[in-house]
Amino acid sequence: MVEALSFPVLSLLIFVPIIAAVIILFMPRESKDLIKGIAITAAFITFGLGLFTFISYNNAVNDLRTEQDAIIADGGDIVATKLYDSTLVFEERVVWVPQLGITYHLGVDGLSAPMVLLTSMVMITGVLISWRIEDRTREFMAFFLLLVAGVFGVFVANDMFVLFFFYELAIFPMYLLIATWGWVKLREYAAMKLTLYILIGSVVALVGAIAMVLQANQFFLNEGAAVFAQAVESGVLPADSTTMSFGITQLTLAAEAGAFSVPILGDISFANLWFPFVFIGFGVLAGVFPFHNWSPDGHVAAPTAVSMIHAGVLMKVGAYAALRLGVQLLPEGAQTHLPWIVFLTLVNVVYGAFIAFRQRDFKYVIGFSSVSHMGLVSMGWATMNVIGMTGAGLQMFSHGAMTALFFGCVGMVYDRAHTRDIPSLGGFVKVMPWVAVAFIVGGLTSMGMPGFSGFVAEFPIFVGMWNASPNISLQIGNFALTNYYSILVIIAALGIVITAAYVLRVTGQVFFGAFNREKYPDVGDITLRERFILVFLGTPLVVLGLYPQLMEPMLVTGLRPVLALLGVST
Amino acid sequence: MNEFNFLQSLPAIAPEIGLVITAIVLLALDSGIPFVYAGLPESRRKGLALVTAVSLIATALMSIAVWSPTPETTGLYWGGMVRYDVLALVFKVMILFAGAITALIAVDAEGIGNKGEFYLIMVVSTLGACLISSASDLIMLFLALETTTIPLYVLAGFKRGDTRSSESGMKYFLFGSFASAILLYGLSLLYGFSGQTNLYAIAEYLSSGAFTANAFPVLAALVLILVGFGFKISAAPFHFWTPDVYEGAPTPVTAFLSVASKAGSFALLMRFLIATFPAAVVINGQEIQNFWVTLVTALAVVSMTFGNVVALAQRNVKRLLAYSSIAQAGYTLIGLAAVQVTATSTGAEAVAAITYYMFMYTFTNLLAFAVIIVFSEATGTETISDLAGLSRRSPWMALTLTIALLSLAGVPPAAGFFGKFFLFNAAVQANLVWLAIVGVLNSIVALFYYLVIIKVMYVDKGKDEDKPIPISRTYLYVMGVVSVIVILLGTIGVQPIFDWALQGARALLNV
Repeated sequence: MVEALSFPVLSLLIFVPIIAAVIILFMPRESKDLIKGIAITAAFITFGLGLFTFISYNNAVNDLRTEQDAIIADGGDIVATKLYDSTLVFEERVVWVPQLGITYHLGVDGLSAPMVLLTSMVMITGVLISWRIEDRTREFMAFFLLLVAGVFGVFVANDMFVLFFFYELAIFPMYLLIATWGWVKLREYAAMKLTLYILIGSVVALVGAIAMVLQANQFFLNEGAAVFAQAVESGVLPADSTTMSFGITQLTLAAEAGAFSVPILGDISFANLWFPFVFIGFGVLAGVFPFHNWSPDGHVAAPTAVSMIHAGVLMKVGAYAALRLGVQLLPEGAQTHLPWIVFLTLVNVVYGAFIAFRQRDFKYVIGFSSVSHMGLVSMGWATMNVIGMTGAGLQMFSHGAMTALFFGCVGMVYDRAHTRDIPSLGGFVKVMPWVAVAFIVGGLTSMGMPGFSGFVAEFPIFVGMWNASPNISLQIGNFALTNYYSILVIIAALGIVITAAYVLRVTGQVFFGAFNREKYPDVGDITLRERFILVFLGTPLVVLGLYPQLMEPMLVTGLRPVLALLGVST
Repeated sequence: MNEFNFLQSLPAIAPEIGLVITAIVLLALDSGIPFVYAGLPESRRKGLALVTAVSLIATALMSIAVWSPTPETTGLYWGGMVRYDVLALVFKVMILFAGAITALIAVDAEGIGNKGEFYLIMVVSTLGACLISSASDLIMLFLALETTTIPLYVLAGFKRGDTRSSESGMKYFLFGSFASAILLYGLSLLYGFSGQTNLYAIAEYLSSGAFTANAFPVLAALVLILVGFGFKISAAPFHFWTPDVYEGAPTPVTAFLSVASKAGSFALLMRFLIATFPAAVVINGQEIQNFWVTLVTALAVVSMTFGNVVALAQRNVKRLLAYSSIAQAGYTLIGLAAVQVTATSTGAEAVAAITYYMFMYTFTNLLAFAVIIVFSEATGTETISDLAGLSRRSPWMALTLTIALLSLAGVPPAAGFFGKFFLFNAAVQANLVWLAIVGVLNSIVALFYYLVIIKVMYVDKGKDEDKPIPISRTYLYVMGVVSVIVILLGTIGVQPIFDWALQGARALLNV
């Protein structure tokens, strides 16, 4: 077990950036160096906390696993809930609005620990890469820190309401960052489009969440009263729990006890009715086709730091929330709906890659590659087995670091060349060797080359798809589609070939060939600060690729409760 | 009814007594007392704002600390004219704060801040709004409504030299008196059927089964009354006066009438519908509750959709806030529709949700108007596109307006997020999932036009970019304090306020 801490590490993760943002807002606007100093200090403190969380979790993961094995061996009731509860560490719990069962409840489990680390990494690089922002530095840094605080909040929330609170908190600063500091040609359109897409998704999911809470409340008041009493007695739920609660543990309990399986609309069960709203509602942020449209525009229009945080972390917020609130709380709905949602994810993977191939704008290539890679994450969720979902978890981290690296590279090139038109670039390896190397590392990760984290993430997803194939069937009227995952996975694997094609094409055209000194007279090598960014983001891609054990065990502990709810033994 | 006890009855109207004293003091300070005191000189009349604000806030704090009702003292007082309960207290407190903030943000407004009678008339209107929230008798109800609105007619036309202001006052008066007449007709019908003027007594009579005639006349009375109220809360389709009056009236007046009369009217509407037509009232086998719930639902959908869609096209920021306030009335009506008692809902959460929403709306809207007053006093314009570059001209004003707009849009950490959440939660609880979905979709539309204003302030470049806008100390403090309140209401302040609202709800519903 992880030792209880004397300081609230997760609250600090959220509040260090918020406090720094407030301090920055009160600084005189001329003292830019001081502002940047505060921002980077906050970022390093947060990174320290994130790393600490990750390492503590990693050190304890064997114990947690043993504990989980005992729970599974013990059988008995409420296994999934207990499994989930057992992996939550660094819990903090303060009752917020008791009448509605809202609790400020934080905790990390095996799924969120890597995400916390990723967020804190991207945060540092984001602040560093924005070092030269001169226009209203104060506001930029303050909004950036607020955005990051919101993202941390989503990952560490163990209460649905808190999750939504931080989710929406993150969206607004993002709007302003893109609209104010983004690429002039596109920023207003893209920022508004992105904000509206994401908010529509989230509010639809919010209605679903409220429905879930009320359904669970009715259940615990009536049929499930005994389950509730027993859970409180055995300590799975805290002693002051009420039947109405937004707590994810308690809703997991409701899901496990069958509260969401009752028919509510004809013979359609509650879970089957609401799952598409919740999963796709959050899936919008994860770029699920056909709701991915905001993402390339948003990424291209955003300033580099925001593209990094957005593609690197925020899209994972969507995938994470879709899993946590969708699959975990409505497993029956997942079994019904994921077999068709998987087609959407396939479109993401293949179509995204094709579109990326067609782009002339350097940044659009990366934007569409995100759509393609995030499709793999959702596809991993759709496998509903341990290997595929673990792969998806790894892919979230891997893609986060990789995309941040990509956007960092694009930003560095654009800052100097002032164009992102691929055909007019060329030979940049000669002037910016560091960027070229970093881009190639990212590219190799992207195309799933063994030895890089992309391989250890994507390979399990494909294996998971293949393994899942015999168990999945999709009922369309009287016709049952079976064993089609194996076909989908072959098509998806072809998507990787296209990925390789566009990565190589871009690398070749931008970094190799002849460098036109007359056209780019001022282009020079990058600074030490920028090298740090590239190394900082590139290292985990290699480390994770060579040593996936770093994350695989914790992801499995995090996924076990979800899988138990799906009826898969691990 | 108990025997009349003067001292026990006093706390029920203590805030109103405080307001009357304030009004007298203001009158004395402004125009003097013959042979004794000459009154404040013209140059120092602005000090009256501070006097008003301090005494209103003191009254509010005293009502909480000293005159707060307990379960034993809750009940009808003054011959059944007013009901003394927590719900009335919550609304009175928010109205008193609204009056205080309005006084402070009116200080530097040209042709308003240095006029003593402005503060006096506003205090009288506040008095009426306070009475509205506790009125429990048809006569008191109408009297209080008129005490609120007649001063508002005067205030809307306060700038006599300004044709827009005069037009606004005239329009408000014509529409207002028309609506009052309709309302009064409805009330008189109700009195005619039941022979009672007390809301609770009417309910008792109607549910006793003594009224066996056709339900239709009662429903007709109900419709007339709802139309009257629809005007007061500016719900579509009874909103026609709103944009013109909001735009034409002096901005501090707009600020005040957008919150105080609305909050009071919602308090009264809740009390009226719940007290007079509870689920128990069944006439000829028809549950009257179903009827008004349907009406309110329709009003909610129309208001939200109409307000938000039309707001999209506005160029004047006050007009935009007018349409936004129509939409906000629509959201609040969602809560009212959810007040109905069903298998899964007692209605208490819905009443609390409305109360919380009005509480946060009062502060939020006043915050938005405070910024607009400073801006239009400095630049003489109210057009949205002229806000361009505000974040460079005055970062604090831009940030303050951003907080206010985010709260109106329902984005955390501002208070509006919880406000909307409570309302939608209540709707889902009352099995009105579709209404909640209409609400959230509308809030997306609304977010668009709020974001456009924020975008203009932060992104667009204006022609006066490099001219900073000075903010006087009063406004700086008011904006700072109210911003903090709006943020606190959306974070750690939720629990106490919601809890208080829930107490009020229980007092109203007797659960």
